[in-house]
Amino acid sequence: MKIEFNHRQSAHCENGVIANLLTHHGFSMSEPMAFGLGSGLFYVYLPFLKVNFAPGFSYRPMPGFIFKRLCKRLNITIKREKFKNPLKAQKALDSKLQSGIPVGLQVGVFNLVYFPDEYRFHFNAHNLVVYGKEKDNYLISDPVMESVTKLSTKELEIVRFAKGAVAPKGHMYYPIKFPKKLPLEKAIKKAIKATCRDMLAPVPIVGVKGMRTVAKAIKKWPKKIGVKKTNHYLGQIVRMQEEIGTGGGGFRYIYAAFLQEAAAIIDKPILKEFSKELTKIGDQWRDFAIDASRLYKNRSSEFDGYTKVSNKLLTLADNEEDFFKRLKKAIK
Amino acid sequence: MKIENIPQDIGGLANANMKELCYGVDKDGNYTTKLSNGWNVKTLALNKSLELIDERVADLKQQCLAGKISPIPYYMELNRMDLMVLSGYMNKWQWVIKRHFKPSVFKKLSNATLLKYAETFKIDVNQLKDIAL
Repeated sequence: MKIEFNHRQSAHCENGVIANLLTHHGFSMSEPMAFGLGSGLFYVYLPFLKVNFAPGFSYRPMPGFIFKRLCKRLNITIKREKFKNPLKAQKALDSKLQSGIPVGLQVGVFNLVYFPDEYRFHFNAHNLVVYGKEKDNYLISDPVMESVTKLSTKELEIVRFAKGAVAPKGHMYYPIKFPKKLPLEKAIKKAIKATCRDMLAPVPIVGVKGMRTVAKAIKKWPKKIGVKKTNHYLGQIVRMQEEIGTGGGGFRYIYAAFLQEAAAIIDKPILKEFSKELTKIGDQWRDFAIDASRLYKNRSSEFDGYTKVSNKLLTLADNEEDFFKRLKKAIK
Repeated sequence: MKIENIPQDIGGLANANMKELCYGVDKDGNYTTKLSNGWNVKTLALNKSLELIDERVADLKQQCLAGKISPIPYYMELNRMDLMVLSGYMNKWQWVIKRHFKPSVFKKLSNATLLKYAETFKIDVNQLKDIAL
């Protein structure tokens, strides 16, 4: 069986699955709109959570948050199921496909056979859509891939039951109830307000305050933990900012695209100006990544290089603080 | 970022025949998307982090050959796992797995446990016992 499903590639898997599933159910939605409505833009520093022997830096909220917030704001009901028994998980999936419903799945990346080796880590919060089954093969729409792909029953079972942090446990989900008309205007305003609140949160590891904490730490790291480890940490920052499906500039460009789209929907042309400004901030994030990469490329031990990178991040924090304060006022 | 400035550096992605979606603005200032082959800045960050894993694997191999540790931590690192992931696949407590890092404890492991480790690491039991194979 094969369900008619329109595969669109996206920068990030979670936004992509949401946008593609909603579009399938007749509510046309772009990736930036899904990202914005779920208040996807974020910054958090998790010094104690060690990922690959470096602290955690994230430019987005916890996996699943974007989807949850979006559904709440749009009055969409999602059915979620988890399983202990792989066979039951497979049967539940098959029966949904049988009744013509494409299903979202949470999977682990390490055993995804179509992923390049370099990207296969034990990361368990990847999302994809299953839109059919042909003999022993499931038809897969993975939003970070250019085109649709396939996984055998065994291959799919392995990734659905990957182990480790946030193990998926066969997690599958699909929308079951929609309002007649999506309350877009209300949701957009609410979502932007929430993003402003997150970015301006009075918490030292969150939002612009989190950036400042990291900036200060970058200055201290070379002396405290040595140049090699510092460079590894900087590499981790750059990877989280640019690599993990952020669409560039730590999601700033996607959010700028959302603001541009939102301007027309809620009839607030000023958001277009905000979009332009955020694009420039995104460019500054790219510059920051370039400067950081110079440090770990040359293995130079010049401490003023680190001070320079740190200052760049402090400037970014100032610019974003100013940006979100004004955005908050504009959306009121 | 202007859409025409989106980097097209041939790197890790291109080797795997994969392209990623990036966002940028067109001539009229409207947001649009374009596929990118990759960007040197982040390919370098990825490669550096893979190098670090290789270094750790090499170090654990030496320690194992010297008889200081059992083959488990070596294979764990080789499979890019940490204790949490390995304990999940083995269905055992993390402290139990940690004990198996000791060569003296590893020697006494039952065949069933060894087999489960070998399956988890996708190798056979002989390879598990002797990393030189």
